[in-house]
Amino acid sequence: MSKLRDLYAPSLLIVIGLIIWELIARAIGMSFILPSPIEISRKLWELKGILFFGHLPATLGVILTGLSLSIILGVGLAIWMNTSKIAEKTFYPIIISSQTIPIIALAPIFVLWFGYSIWSKVAVTLLITFFPITVSTFDGLKSSSKEMRDLLLTMGASKKEIFLKLQVPSALPYFYSGLKVAVTLSVIGAAIGEWLGAQAGLGYFSRRMMTQFDGAGVFAPIVLLSAIGIVLFLLVALLEKFTLKWRKTI
Amino acid sequence: MSNSTLQFKKVSFRYESKNNDINPSIIESLSFTIHSSEFVSILGPSGSGKTTLFKLITGLEQPSSGDILLNGKYMKNRLGCVGYMPQKDLLLPWRTILQNASLPLELRGVKKKVAYQQVIELLEEFGLKGLEDELPSVLSGGMKQRVSFLRSILSGANLLLLDEPFSSLDAITRLSMQEWLLNLWEKRKTTVLFITHDVDEALFLSDRIFVLSETPVRHLKEVPIPLRRPRGINDLHLPEIIKLKEDLLNQLRQKVRL
Ligand SMILES: Nc1ncnc2c1ncn2[C@@H]1O[C@H](COP(=O)(O)OP(=O)(O)OP(=O)(O)O)[C@@H](O)[C@H]1O
Ligand SMILES: [Mg+2]
Repeated sequence: MSKLRDLYAPSLLIVIGLIIWELIARAIGMSFILPSPIEISRKLWELKGILFFGHLPATLGVILTGLSLSIILGVGLAIWMNTSKIAEKTFYPIIISSQTIPIIALAPIFVLWFGYSIWSKVAVTLLITFFPITVSTFDGLKSSSKEMRDLLLTMGASKKEIFLKLQVPSALPYFYSGLKVAVTLSVIGAAIGEWLGAQAGLGYFSRRMMTQFDGAGVFAPIVLLSAIGIVLFLLVALLEKFTLKWRKTI
Repeated sequence: MSNSTLQFKKVSFRYESKNNDINPSIIESLSFTIHSSEFVSILGPSGSGKTTLFKLITGLEQPSSGDILLNGKYMKNRLGCVGYMPQKDLLLPWRTILQNASLPLELRGVKKKVAYQQVIELLEEFGLKGLEDELPSVLSGGMKQRVSFLRSILSGANLLLLDEPFSSLDAITRLSMQEWLLNLWEKRKTTVLFITHDVDEALFLSDRIFVLSETPVRHLKEVPIPLRRPRGINDLHLPEIIKLKEDLLNQLRQKVRL
């Protein structure tokens, strides 16, 4: 497996980074400002019960609900824009300009609308992941060449057949790229949502520890959040590898 | 004379423009007839409208005026009625050779199993045996062109349009592909319209050569090839063919404006 060997360099860098961090943290000696990696791991172990069985599932619920809605709505809108020129002209500029809205600033409004329920957090996650999924899927659907389309037409293909046999397969690699960006953003979205108003979740827990000046307690859930991001990313990469076998040979 | 496979009757065409100005006319009141089982080459400089002619025949474009007849019948919607092999091989990279070649069958609603069976039976003749489960990316240029050609044949149409099929191949591969194509055509006797830039290729393959000699195209200059079949590549060295080649080159050279 050459894949495993590819991991040497980044692993080494991370280990070195952690060691330097540990040394600096010990030199400063103020764990409420900069806890050391060992302290964080100890904290993680200490809090494993509530973190893994209380807050992790809550955050994961937000992330997965937000992502699923985002995929359904994003892919749906991309297909709609692909079939209707009017829809494209109407929505595309709006989607692009929506990215200039600072979502963090909007998040408190969602809390106002949806209260402390899961939906305020889902809304933030949805908003932050919607863009990469919609735009990449749409670009993917548009990416198939006109020549290929003409060729299928000369074989008597219908619009639907061109969509299914040409556009969808051409869009898949684009969709996966968008999804990879979206899963990492979804973790940020959920954390922001929980920061601003929640009764459970890793983001909420981290913030609560902040008010208690528990540095290691702030970092421990963040470690878990980034672990979620990495695992989700790997899952998408695995799915991509499995469904797009043909791309390996290019 | 045998019955006609393709007939143009006073066909005129210009591309529609997006803005308001009018695009130049490409074809004007053009009439010609292709008979069944003929091999006709279309020779013309770049930009003279050869590909446009094919787009009209396949039905991707409609004439501004005039009629196009297939097998003696006027057909408004011609999509799916002729086999078309584009200049690039245009194989779908996610489909195996088998899946690529069976695409036209699939689009006609033939069951997958039956379609695959039909393709597999032809693979040997097309020099693609054992490659059915490979992806196009591992094939050589000549192999890809053969898959593309197989695909156009499987459209089942009695008229095949080949748009510079061998122009991307090296000289040696091209020569063997030409011999292979002739061999295949002599067995099948489908009607072939063949676009090329290469005078030798046109002389070697065709019954008749059409020369696109003006823009817009008002008529096709017809050159019959006085060679019997089966042909060998050495036939191109006959004095009368060399003379013909010089004439053709001269005609084409006049058209190329520098
Ligand atoms: N979609 C289009 N819209 C407008 N003009 C076009 C379009 N396609 C081709 N043309 C024009 O029509 C003319 C003929 O083009 P065509 O592609 O038929 O030439 P060709 O003989 O096939 O050339 P080549 O040998 O380079 O392939 C060219 O002047 C080209 O600019
Ligand atoms: Mg052309």
